[in-house]
Amino acid sequence: MSTAATTASARRIAWQRRRRAAARVWSEYRRDVPGMIGLGLLVLVVLMALAAPLLADEGELRAVNAVGNPTWATPSEFAPLGTDNLGRSVWAQFVWGSRISLLVGLAATAIAIVVGALVGIVAGFFGGPVSSILMRLTEWFLVIPFLPLAIVLASILGPSVENIIFVIGITSWPATALVVRAQVLTLRERLYVERSRALGATRRHLLGRHILPNVSPLIVANLTLTVPVVILSETTLSFLGLGDPTRASWGKMLEESFAAGALTRNAWWYYLPPGIGIMMVVLAFVLIGHALEQILDPRLRERRS
Amino acid sequence: MSARFVAVKVLGSLATLAFVVVFNFFLFRVVEPDPVANLFRGRNLTQEQRAELQQQFGLDGSRLEQFGRYVQQTAQLNLGRSYVSNEPVASEIVERAWPTIALVGVSTLLSTVFGVLLGIVAAWRRGSKTDYASTTFTMTTYSMPDFWLGMLLLIAFAVVLGWFPVGGITDPGSDASGIAKLLDQAHHMFLPALTLTLAYLGEYTLIMRSSLLETMREDYLVLARAKGLRDVVVRNRHAVPNAILPVVTLIAINFGFVLSGAIAVEAIFSWPGLGLLTYDSLNAPDLPMLQGLFLVFSASVIFFNLIANLLYAYLDPRVRTT
Repeated sequence: MSTAATTASARRIAWQRRRRAAARVWSEYRRDVPGMIGLGLLVLVVLMALAAPLLADEGELRAVNAVGNPTWATPSEFAPLGTDNLGRSVWAQFVWGSRISLLVGLAATAIAIVVGALVGIVAGFFGGPVSSILMRLTEWFLVIPFLPLAIVLASILGPSVENIIFVIGITSWPATALVVRAQVLTLRERLYVERSRALGATRRHLLGRHILPNVSPLIVANLTLTVPVVILSETTLSFLGLGDPTRASWGKMLEESFAAGALTRNAWWYYLPPGIGIMMVVLAFVLIGHALEQILDPRLRERRS
Repeated sequence: MSARFVAVKVLGSLATLAFVVVFNFFLFRVVEPDPVANLFRGRNLTQEQRAELQQQFGLDGSRLEQFGRYVQQTAQLNLGRSYVSNEPVASEIVERAWPTIALVGVSTLLSTVFGVLLGIVAAWRRGSKTDYASTTFTMTTYSMPDFWLGMLLLIAFAVVLGWFPVGGITDPGSDASGIAKLLDQAHHMFLPALTLTLAYLGEYTLIMRSSLLETMREDYLVLARAKGLRDVVVRNRHAVPNAILPVVTLIAINFGFVLSGAIAVEAIFSWPGLGLLTYDSLNAPDLPMLQGLFLVFSASVIFFNLIANLLYAYLDPRVRTT
């Protein structure tokens, strides 16, 4: 009974410590101006994606519902953002497109981070033949040019949102794997890990208590820096015609505006909004990522002061 | 650099290349188990015609036989025939490689030179207005999809101002030759090259900046200053040569990727290089061409990785012993 009480209180102490650490990170983050700007941008875009049904009618995305509208209408002729070559509202496409761009960005990043972290931890912690096989695999994936591989995979699997997520996720993990492995390798040799091992700790205990908690900040920072890369990839793939043809996304808007000749007409209300949207999201994650990296990596923090 | 070190690196690259060749075969056999049926859908083919077409595209026999033939042909640099033009894939790729090499070569050169200079200035005057301005600029260009940046430049300088052509590599119908032709091509290359230069610039600036910042903390720089050396000498003779090492590696590695990275930008400017070829093969779809392109892109990454490794070992003696 007394053991149960001590473990419970030990857990409580651990939680308190974690809460305090989180509060410390937040108070430092709040002082990072670029980081706060990034967070603000992200909140803005997420709110827009969530409120899409309130901001624009989804039916406006379909060309059949836009038959009566003027084509290539400027924003002053057709509020708020004009129409495209089929008379569809650009505003509706922009608002609903934010959902797909964010969804692909977050979901593909999740796949990339899970695979990358798993490969990195296993390769770093266990060593031996498993490690060398995994590292060879990582090297191969690093060497295969990402965009052509993604293009080939996307054209094999066919254009759909799920496939785009899978393709980008499965090609974006090697960088994370390398970073995580390097960190795990140094952690494994730390004195407290060795001490724990000498006291008879199981692998599970070592992984759960020492390795995972110590690599997770790194994984979080890596996550925020992977999202921008992933979102830019989605844009490029959609632009090359490999996106979901039935769902509006910012990349697809750029593709359609280019194909419909918005450039020669200089229909700025069509090609500017999706690009600006992508820039906002990418910038938001880059700023957040750098801010987190500086707070979580003591080496960088020291350099900052 | 010992011969052993070079041999190990070269062998490693060859092993990777072998992996890519095998991977390539299976990747594309999964795409379409029976390309002939797909390609000539809706046409009545006799059994003989089918067999002939299959033989022409190297699709007859069992998977194992196909694989054997594929490896043998690839080793002889025979990449099969295009479904679209029925020309050998290899010669078409070689022909289309030159515009890409010119475009990418010029853009890489410009972006590295300016990126490194900008990075040096930003790091050396850390926290200054210049540092702030260059970081803002870098972040902005990094956040843009490269082809969107190209679209904006195209509209501004080709559509609105009309200073540059909207696409292609020469004026249509032009029969200029010699210097005039070269100038015409340079005129066409300006906007895509500017797009790629701006798109790559940011990365080099950031890497050079952080590498130099790290070097500036080293003891030997403190010593150099303590000796009373002028600021410029400390920077140019002591700090930059050491800080530039990771950038050199990055340039070599990126050069391999860059060959395939210009796909969307080439499509925007109809620049007739490997990127546009990929874009067109994708829309066709022309599988042997895509397969060949994929192989060439991978091989170029592997090759430049090898160069980067050897270069790094040559420049930094510490690496050689490991």
